[in-house]
Amino acid sequence: MLRSALFMSVIAAGLGLSSQSHAQSTVYMPAVLEESGAGAVSGTNFRDGMRMAIDEVNAKGGILSRKIDSPVFDTQSDAGISRAQVQKALDNNPYVVLGPVFSGSVLVDMQLTQQAEIPEIVGGEAAAVTQKGDPYVFRTSFGQQFSMPKIANYIRDGVKAKTVSVLWVNNDFGKGARDNFVKEMDARGIKVVADISTESGQSDFAADVVKIKAANADAIFVDTNEEESARFLIEAKKQGITAPLLGDTTLLGQKVIDLAGGAAEGVRGHVALTVDAPIPAVQEFAAKFKQRYNYVCDHNGIKGYTAIYFIKYVTEKMGKFDSKGFAQTAHGLTITPQQEPGILMEATWDQNGDIDRQSFLVEVIGGKQKIVQVLPKLGK
Amino acid sequence: MASFIQLLVSGLATGAIYALIAVGFTLLWQTSQTINFAQGEFVMLPAFFILESMYLGVPFWLSALIGIALSIVILGLLFKFLIVDPMLKHGVLPLVISTIALSLFLKESAKNFYSSQAQPFPALVPSTDLHFLGAVVSTQSLVVLAVAIATVVALHLLLHKTRLGRSMQATAQNPTLARILGIPVRRMVLYTFLINAVLVAVASILISPIYLAKFTNGETLGLAAFLAAIIGGFNQVRGAILGGFILGILDNLSAAYISSQYRGAFPLLILIAVILLRPQGLLGRIEERTV
Amino acid sequence: MSRLGVIAVVGAAIFAIAAPFFLKPFGIYLISMWTVLTVAAIGLNLTLGYAGQVSMAQGAFIGIGAYTVALLTQAGWPYPVAFVCAGSLCFVIGWGLGYPALRVQHHYLAFVTLAFSTLVFLVLRNEEWLTHGVYGISGIARPTLFGWSTGKPRDFYFFSLGTLTVLAAATWWMLRSPWGRAFVALRENPLRAQSLGLDTRRYTLMAFAIGSGLGGLSGALYAPLVQFIEPNSFVLDLSFNLLLMVIVGGSGYFFGPFVGALIAVLLPEWARITEGYYLMVYAAMIMGMMAFCPYGVLGMVERAIKAVTMRGDPPTPILHAEGTSP
Repeated sequence: MLRSALFMSVIAAGLGLSSQSHAQSTVYMPAVLEESGAGAVSGTNFRDGMRMAIDEVNAKGGILSRKIDSPVFDTQSDAGISRAQVQKALDNNPYVVLGPVFSGSVLVDMQLTQQAEIPEIVGGEAAAVTQKGDPYVFRTSFGQQFSMPKIANYIRDGVKAKTVSVLWVNNDFGKGARDNFVKEMDARGIKVVADISTESGQSDFAADVVKIKAANADAIFVDTNEEESARFLIEAKKQGITAPLLGDTTLLGQKVIDLAGGAAEGVRGHVALTVDAPIPAVQEFAAKFKQRYNYVCDHNGIKGYTAIYFIKYVTEKMGKFDSKGFAQTAHGLTITPQQEPGILMEATWDQNGDIDRQSFLVEVIGGKQKIVQVLPKLGK
Repeated sequence: MASFIQLLVSGLATGAIYALIAVGFTLLWQTSQTINFAQGEFVMLPAFFILESMYLGVPFWLSALIGIALSIVILGLLFKFLIVDPMLKHGVLPLVISTIALSLFLKESAKNFYSSQAQPFPALVPSTDLHFLGAVVSTQSLVVLAVAIATVVALHLLLHKTRLGRSMQATAQNPTLARILGIPVRRMVLYTFLINAVLVAVASILISPIYLAKFTNGETLGLAAFLAAIIGGFNQVRGAILGGFILGILDNLSAAYISSQYRGAFPLLILIAVILLRPQGLLGRIEERTV
Repeated sequence: MSRLGVIAVVGAAIFAIAAPFFLKPFGIYLISMWTVLTVAAIGLNLTLGYAGQVSMAQGAFIGIGAYTVALLTQAGWPYPVAFVCAGSLCFVIGWGLGYPALRVQHHYLAFVTLAFSTLVFLVLRNEEWLTHGVYGISGIARPTLFGWSTGKPRDFYFFSLGTLTVLAAATWWMLRSPWGRAFVALRENPLRAQSLGLDTRRYTLMAFAIGSGLGGLSGALYAPLVQFIEPNSFVLDLSFNLLLMVIVGGSGYFFGPFVGALIAVLLPEWARITEGYYLMVYAAMIMGMMAFCPYGVLGMVERAIKAVTMRGDPPTPILHAEGTSP
């Protein structure tokens, strides 16, 4: 009997029977993020940006005199596990929940947070996230339904292309980008002559570049992860691709530029959030991040950082910690850097939880991003 | 036609990488019944040893040697004594599970102790592009190809032309008999682990400039090595090379001419076909079963 | 069954029924996941522990079962029908896969199932017209049976616990039948079994097919539990995890899968205390377990009992089985 009693108590501990009591001096805002698995890079960037913001806020006394308590639960980049972690987070009565970044996990978790009426500040970019009629979900960066039209316009007006090839990574992020992109191309009468899917983690792009060369389109749109973007660019240069290469945020990141060596020269595209933006507040953030964590963060780091300040601003505006009220207050809200420096760039949240910000058209010149054009907010 | 040659050439280059990794894998299986599911991570890890050493200020050529040495100690000696030996007496399955767990352990270690982001890695030769029959191939790929072939030739010579090599083969085919004949079986087995450790370290140095050092590198490489070894022939070192090349070329051709979404399926279908129709692999010998 | 065994099982059953009343929704979700995975582990245990074949495709069968149920219920079919379809489909596929694959030596089934697993993933991901591809299927409803809705966590737990009990009982009954005894003979010594007139291939094939069918039924429970499925959930990692469960629990022991699944579900949660390093701790724990109790937890327990009681009861062929053969 002793054996089974021991067995049972050990299981009980594992099942989290012990509930967490929250001191009134802290506010519980757990984060559910991809710390391992396919999304580890995105999730850890988001987490590190978030933690930096939390430390800053707590150093100044917290939100409404309560310090932020934000444990991170790892989803292992799996939607089923993320659902379980969100359930665990909700069991402890959070104020708001942060993350995840992967849209698949976001869609599953949204069902739970909506039921619990707890706001969820997510990193996912898939269009579907804000199309489910969930009043509690808020983005921290453009949905694909906003970034794709911007690129499409540039392809039509700036590059003046009549045909285009698209290369994308075969996961929910890349496929979503491709679907939205193709839709925008069709709407503008630009023909998609090559539609090439690639695998996450793929290292050999010879076959894909061969197909692109054969298709001979006026422009090539590339949407895949960082290393794959770099490898693709190297292979494209090697095989002598001359058509303009275009991308969205990832393709133009400094990390990709560094990894690709000279192969990234002349690459153009749309960048929504970047540490390379010519805005002093962003530059300062990037420097602080680099100093603390010893690596250059990607746009997910900015998402995590601004998410905290978003929450802080809305809460202070309400004057209290009201999860339901949060949703109502945040819809239609605009926050400027003058009001809250931590927001870095002026941002507006619409009724669906989508975010509207300035963004940039960029070209890689001399191994650095050069802003070609600043695109204003859609709402202006 | 030019694009076909390009695909062929690129396929051979990638195939050479797979071959190099598959060779060590086959060797371990042959001599000690070790199916090393962590082989991919074994290739991923030495690059990080080297990067860490360079971070501490050691020049690249010395770091590379340190990387190989660390690989021999950790992925050769420690692997054998701490993991394989205790498990093997319990059967093959616990060892398989352990190597799966080990691959997870190594992957997470690289991620936690170094970085989750991809790292650039210095190349052995400056990367220039050569034009060959209308196709472009980088000098790095040629070096990989050359080293892979040289390695297999050297290994073949070792196994078939030297006394040591023949002892190792005897150990693989019939350990009991080998012991009776006075061959130090345990030492032979140890040598194969050490050879594998050197092979994976060399593979790591060769491919990291192209693949970039990342903790997830092991996943695809491990599976590719596995497939190459089985398709080529599990009990022949030459089989690993053939399997690797077939895999690399097939992957490229199927992606270009058939379907990029299903490019991963063709090697698997070949694998199933080989197992059903010729289980010993294309170059393998039929294994006798002791009753 | 020995007396101690009966006490343990009854104690565990009481715990299983009482637990959800003391747990928060997350805890209930975890034990529901445990019941779902145990069904699959029981299937794999048949294939591995009793028939001695390594299958790396059990995760894929869970996937096929899950997608079958998700697509059928969303098309309006009643859940019980979808449930049966999921199991039958996987049984048939298992039979079809095993028939040629078992003609070769046993470690080759492992490779064939490995390849099959990845092929299933590719089909699930690429055939968007059928499976919604990478986007997955969301909003899967929890079944309503005879007017009882399983929507709430506790209700669904009892539903899946009940299903697990029924399936486990069926498996127990099957193993006690003359047919089942043949399975055990298979693993002990295939050649001797053959010399006694058993068609080993037939039995092995049946074991593999039934095991795969149980994988499909597990998937049929998985889909309404998580209420969202995507191809990525069913990759090789899941098959490896199931293999782990069966071996850690004790391959060939009837209750091995129950113990193994429990450990697999709980271990990562415990290791989480170590923050970012928990996967490393989990991996190290698995390696340690393999080094010290490779016969699994139940194997260790049996040896401990034998050591303590000087004169052990002769083990019955069903509950107490010898260790795994490679």
